[in-house]
Amino acid sequence: MLGTMGAAARLHLDHIGMTFKTPAGPFEALAPVTLSIAQGRFISLIGPSGCGKSTIFNIVAGLLQPTSGRVFIDGIDATGTIGRVGYMLQKDLLLPWRTVLDNVILGMEIQGVPLKEARARALPLLRRYGLSGFEYLYPNALSGGMRQRAALLRTLLFDTDVILLDEPFGALDAQTKLHMQEWLLGLWADFGKTVVFVTHDVEEAIYLSDEVYVMRTRPGRIIESIPVRIPRPRQRHATLVPEFIAIKERCLELLTLDPTSFSEAA
Amino acid sequence: MTVQDTSRLQGLDLTASQPAARSQTARPVRHLPEQKDWPFWAIFAAQIGILIGAIALWQEGADRGWIDGFFWSRPSAIYATLIKFFTEGDAWTDIAFTFRSTIFGFFLGTSIGSLFGLSFWWSRNYAAVVQPYIICFESLPKLALAPLVILVFGMGLASKVAIATALTLVVSTLTTYAGVKALDSDGEKLFYSLGASRWQVFRKLVVPFCLPWIISVLRVNIGLALTGAIVGEFIASQHGLGRAILYAGNTYDIALVWVAVLVLSTLAVVMYMAVSWLERILRKGIKQ
Repeated sequence: MLGTMGAAARLHLDHIGMTFKTPAGPFEALAPVTLSIAQGRFISLIGPSGCGKSTIFNIVAGLLQPTSGRVFIDGIDATGTIGRVGYMLQKDLLLPWRTVLDNVILGMEIQGVPLKEARARALPLLRRYGLSGFEYLYPNALSGGMRQRAALLRTLLFDTDVILLDEPFGALDAQTKLHMQEWLLGLWADFGKTVVFVTHDVEEAIYLSDEVYVMRTRPGRIIESIPVRIPRPRQRHATLVPEFIAIKERCLELLTLDPTSFSEAA
Repeated sequence: MTVQDTSRLQGLDLTASQPAARSQTARPVRHLPEQKDWPFWAIFAAQIGILIGAIALWQEGADRGWIDGFFWSRPSAIYATLIKFFTEGDAWTDIAFTFRSTIFGFFLGTSIGSLFGLSFWWSRNYAAVVQPYIICFESLPKLALAPLVILVFGMGLASKVAIATALTLVVSTLTTYAGVKALDSDGEKLFYSLGASRWQVFRKLVVPFCLPWIISVLRVNIGLALTGAIVGEFIASQHGLGRAILYAGNTYDIALVWVAVLVLSTLAVVMYMAVSWLERILRKGIKQ
């Protein structure tokens, strides 16, 4: 049964859990999580700090070996293997000694694509997705929004079907953030990638996603999944329709009624 | 409303109780201090003036007996010795000898040290095992080992290169290692998430990241290498500016001591400038 589930979904997490050994005894960072994401879907994980969002990402990216469970990509067991998914960390991590173009092709370069070919593939995309004129500049000349664009294109050009985005717009100002959300949706519509998106911003999660997963701490776990059935392409005023507001209220309710967050505050 | 009113009234009372005259007069009038920059030529003229003044004072002092001309020598005698040193003496052999040992020591020490420092990235365990030895070698006064180095490597160029290398190597190792330690683990995470091998991470992340650290010690190292070469020549040598200074001192040829020191300083400044230029070129190349 598991096999068939794995085959149907692009990304399937089968009871992945993470327990760290600490001097104070075992600490369960992530209670077993099961999650199936179909090809081309955009899903979001929201939750307070320490709810295991980053742990899930590190496990899926193969950077962390889960203490239980398996990760399946296209039905193939990919637990603990690196280079299977595109992973964009919170920081843009652009290399200051490389031009924007050479930063963006990093993934292809590591995979052994000849430099000339990689650059030829990246250039039209840079121009099409708002980095025209910045190709040969160094990252320190770019604004925060532009740096995030470059980092996202680097993730996309790595050419995996699944991409993980860890709070990519968390450090941007509100105005730039809105622009970047539109930009990301356009990119997603063009490329048809399967996206897992982590954010603290409930509105951002709902606006972008097909499904929102709400998480809770101690242990980190998913407590509810809420499908977002607002038709695409979405306009900004979609955030004002009753359905959107209802989902937002439900999410906020789940997040604020978290008893552990109260005990933490006390 | 009433509460606010009373508090405002109290505040008024407080200010009224202060002597009004004092607050008016006690505060001195001050402006932002200003400093006017001299033009370039004025600075330069002042510098030259000080130099000429010092030399003139030295010459006069020695001639009039304010200072002992035998121990301090005098500019005119130094100038004559300088001409003789370059026309009759073996100035160029000495300069070439010191220059060569310095440069060899500088390149050997810097490159071996940098590679050694970079190697610590490969294994935390290896770094932990080796570190105390490095710190020991760093705190050790390496010049104290110079006599031993002369015994092992002989009187020639090799011993001077060895001392210069020993002095520069540790500085490069420690500085490069500091670069390795400053590496953001998220950068490595990014590379591994893209499926990179350790060798790829090393070549494409660790080495370029540590280059500014490696370059930053070049200027320090050229000075250290020169010190190493000179000390080596002091102990036992047949050539070099260090030997010239020692020889002149032993024979009470104070003018020659000054000449050799002068030539040595010139050599040091030239090499320092060359390394600064190299550093600028390298920094431009990596564009931080």
